[in-house]
Amino acid sequence: MAEYRAAFEPATRPVRRDYRLTGNQAARAVEQGLASATWYQSPVPRKRLKELMQRRDGPALRDTGLWLLALLVTGTAGCWLWGTWACVPFFFAYGVLYGSAANARWHETGHGTAFKTRWMNDVVYHVASFMVMFEPHVWRWSHARHHTDTIIVGRDPEIVEPRPPSLVKMALSLVSLPHVFNTFGALARHAAGRLSDQEQTFIPESQWPRVVWTARIWLLIHAVTLATAVALHSWLPLMIIGLPTLYGGWLNYLFGVSQHVGLAEDVLDHRYNSRTIYMNPLLRFLYLNMNYHLEHHMFPMVPYHALPQLHAEIRHDCPVPYPSLWAAYREILPTVWRQRKDPTWYVQRPVPQASDAVVHANAVQ
Amino acid sequence: MSDQWIDVCAVDDIEEEDVIRFDHLQHSYAVYRSADSEFYATDGKCTHEAIHLADGLVMDHVIECPKHNGRFDYRTGKALGAPVCVNLKTYPVRVEAGRVLLAVGA
Repeated sequence: MAEYRAAFEPATRPVRRDYRLTGNQAARAVEQGLASATWYQSPVPRKRLKELMQRRDGPALRDTGLWLLALLVTGTAGCWLWGTWACVPFFFAYGVLYGSAANARWHETGHGTAFKTRWMNDVVYHVASFMVMFEPHVWRWSHARHHTDTIIVGRDPEIVEPRPPSLVKMALSLVSLPHVFNTFGALARHAAGRLSDQEQTFIPESQWPRVVWTARIWLLIHAVTLATAVALHSWLPLMIIGLPTLYGGWLNYLFGVSQHVGLAEDVLDHRYNSRTIYMNPLLRFLYLNMNYHLEHHMFPMVPYHALPQLHAEIRHDCPVPYPSLWAAYREILPTVWRQRKDPTWYVQRPVPQASDAVVHANAVQ
Repeated sequence: MSDQWIDVCAVDDIEEEDVIRFDHLQHSYAVYRSADSEFYATDGKCTHEAIHLADGLVMDHVIECPKHNGRFDYRTGKALGAPVCVNLKTYPVRVEAGRVLLAVGA
């Protein structure tokens, strides 16, 4: 029986690269010039780029107002109808607004590009961070590194699915379980005054007290919510605060996977490791135009409301966009399936050759 | 140590509320022109990840790094918040006969 089973197993198990920021791949990335490197940018005249980079409060005030209003309406209706099946669609919508749309708000305000007025960015950043359970000071620095070293193994702390991917983890991620589980562990560690070795590589020491105090405040809020639920003998407080990160995070995960998963690692050209996907207005509202992800990575200074114009400027120099999220997943899912057995496999996107300036790493391991 | 004045460019080579890169003796500087046509200079690279600030955005008296959106007051070099924590070094600038001059340590 043992011989029969062995005949159907691959000769070697897929080798997982070391994605830790403190592992051997981190040193290799530095040695190979992949860390803090110069990345390819499609040519855009400075004058035009300045126009695109201009900040405005209007679009974000509108989109934030709509988002908050939608949260209020769906949350109130969900509470009002609690105990009946009629509350389900309202909590479904509330969850998506809380556990998924908040991610795009966290992201854009973290860049400081959503609003022109700085304090508006900061307020929405902290509210949205809490909703999606991204510790604001940790993720601000982690995301800065993600932009410095996008999908560079050993450098980027935000690689969503390391290869070979785990289908079990991916399934659990649809309800944010790995993320929330890890975040509560991190909150406990931070509240006790400790940062992990990896976190210490990208968070300046001067910011550590902020990490610690934010963790303590967050744990207090979650504890009060839980205590209220216990006191009221009702799940309702948790349906409003906390649980929506789980039951509403599925769209956030679908968006997150669509950004880079299945594309190249260790390249210095976002056209090879980022996707631009056309989406309908509703998804673009929830996602704040981050479907133009290639453009965002190439020019992170450009606010979300100007990304469609930036796309028009550089599309001739970029791979053909995916026509829909479904079309992107028709590429991603078979790729992930194949990477389970062959982690070196990835999608090589056709890029216009005239300005082809990709720099590939020579060694995979 | 006395300052050495270096010719950077003509006044009109920098648009109002904009910045240019100026390299001298293997050092990179960012030279700014404010909306009211005052000139300033700082180190050319962000103190966070050594990105050239001249590719960034000038808004009022703030330069924003093009990579991570770190912000500095370019008049004082003061870092205005995460992800930048370390101030920029500033340099004296003067305008003479329609030229922008930058003082670097001799």
